Amino acid sequence: MKKRVAIVGVGMSKFGELWDKSLRDITLEAGMYAIFDSQVSGKDIDAICIGNMSAGRFTGQEHLGALAADMGGLGHIPAYSVEAACASGGAAVRQAYMAIRSGEHDLMLVLGCEKMSDVNQSEAMRTVGVASDWEWEGLFGATFPALYAFMARRHMYEYGTTEKHLAQVTVKNHKNAEHNPWAQFQKAVPLEVVMSSGMIADPIRILHSSPISDGAAGLIMCSEEKAKQFTDTPVYIEASTQASDTLALHDRRDICTMDAAVVSSRDALKKAGLTVDDIDVFELHDSFTIGEIILTEDVGLAQKGQGGRILDEGITEIGGKYPVNPSGGLKARGHPIGATGVAQIAELVLQLRGDAEGRQVDGAEQAMAVNIGGTGATSIVHVLGR
Amino acid sequence: MAEHGVAQIWRKIKSMYNIIGNHCTTCNTYYFPPRPVCPKCRRKGHLEDYKFKGLGTIHTFAIVRQVPEDFKTQAPYVMAQVELDEGTRLTAQIVNCDAEDVSIGMRVRACFRKITEFGHGGLIVYGYKFEPTMKVTGHK
Repeated sequence: MKKRVAIVGVGMSKFGELWDKSLRDITLEAGMYAIFDSQVSGKDIDAICIGNMSAGRFTGQEHLGALAADMGGLGHIPAYSVEAACASGGAAVRQAYMAIRSGEHDLMLVLGCEKMSDVNQSEAMRTVGVASDWEWEGLFGATFPALYAFMARRHMYEYGTTEKHLAQVTVKNHKNAEHNPWAQFQKAVPLEVVMSSGMIADPIRILHSSPISDGAAGLIMCSEEKAKQFTDTPVYIEASTQASDTLALHDRRDICTMDAAVVSSRDALKKAGLTVDDIDVFELHDSFTIGEIILTEDVGLAQKGQGGRILDEGITEIGGKYPVNPSGGLKARGHPIGATGVAQIAELVLQLRGDAEGRQVDGAEQAMAVNIGGTGATSIVHVLGR
Repeated sequence: MAEHGVAQIWRKIKSMYNIIGNHCTTCNTYYFPPRPVCPKCRRKGHLEDYKFKGLGTIHTFAIVRQVPEDFKTQAPYVMAQVELDEGTRLTAQIVNCDAEDVSIGMRVRACFRKITEFGHGGLIVYGYKFEPTMKVTGHK
């Protein structure tokens, strides 16, 4: 059996509109915290992998691998930059997982970052939109929220999902984020406020949507044997999987299902030798609240079509049968695109160590993160265990 | 170097003006936009150009209120996924009716419209939008 890959350190920058901080500031911050948390020193790190969607458009800077190595003072080690739209962070984690598992690298710094507030809202929206099929969706006027609205309206039509269900995800995730010191919105929001917030693409309201955020997250990942040098409480990656689907939403078999998420989550559970009932805590990609509803179905927490109704039963709350997004999710923690997939893993590591404070899922031993790119064209799943 | 977006749009004119996609004669599947390779048959596929009839049904839709800069003058507008009668779906704006009257399952047909302009003095992009089928045409 191949050796496992461990996570021995996590670090986050604050998420939010960070006017006084640049892309390099937040990326360095997350990386430094991850290094401090892990007890490793710079010379132990033999490579960097950084996930980012679009620094070239958001800030005018590309070549982030070299930038990260330079800012961190890490010298001549190789530094890889990977992109998979909103799943760029998950992709960075997976690339490092494969590099360590192959034996090519021993101990890596994994980063995810995005600085979105250096451009105006209109430009930010355009850039987010290129995660879809720009030539055949965006060019014709379909904004990114409009594409998720397509899914939401069809889900309502086929399964009776309601506007209240869309809002309940927001209420739950904001409530969780109250206890997350890194979250953009550490603030509960009442159902009525969500349900009367401005429409951006009917039936999607502004408070069904993740915000524009700046932020970065970092991990220290290494081989199982090396992990023991640094910590008595490593968290292991039990499975890492990835799947693809058509770039354009209109080409999907069913717009109410993310087939890539179904394939990659089943595959991950199989590789980890677990069933969904063995997982104690989930981070699911809620860039729009309908996304969380659909993913609860696709991962197997609810029957197809029941993703809205399970919110009425509270099973995805902290303390419920399947806690989803204790961090506040993308909705309330914030969604600096390339950082999200790494931040999901950072949250789950804290959960498994028992360090998640007010949002802790009691006794969590196994966890799953699902990071989605675009409207479901990429799905990256990680199963973690302690 | 071409002016911003000109070549990018120009090379798609055939498809954007006349809804020309393709048809795989091996598996009898229709594709729009046209695909370079049939994803079902791959190298065994045989793709031929096909001009779609331009008739279909609304599969889902959204009323877009927060709009991109290039669409400011059109806000709010209805975007939909239209399921064409040949069995494939595309993304297009719905025009010539009130947003409140649009519904899933509604019959629509293609019409030729200005899609957007790339900024002041920039390229004007034309292509398909869809409208409710009109009683006068007899289309259903």
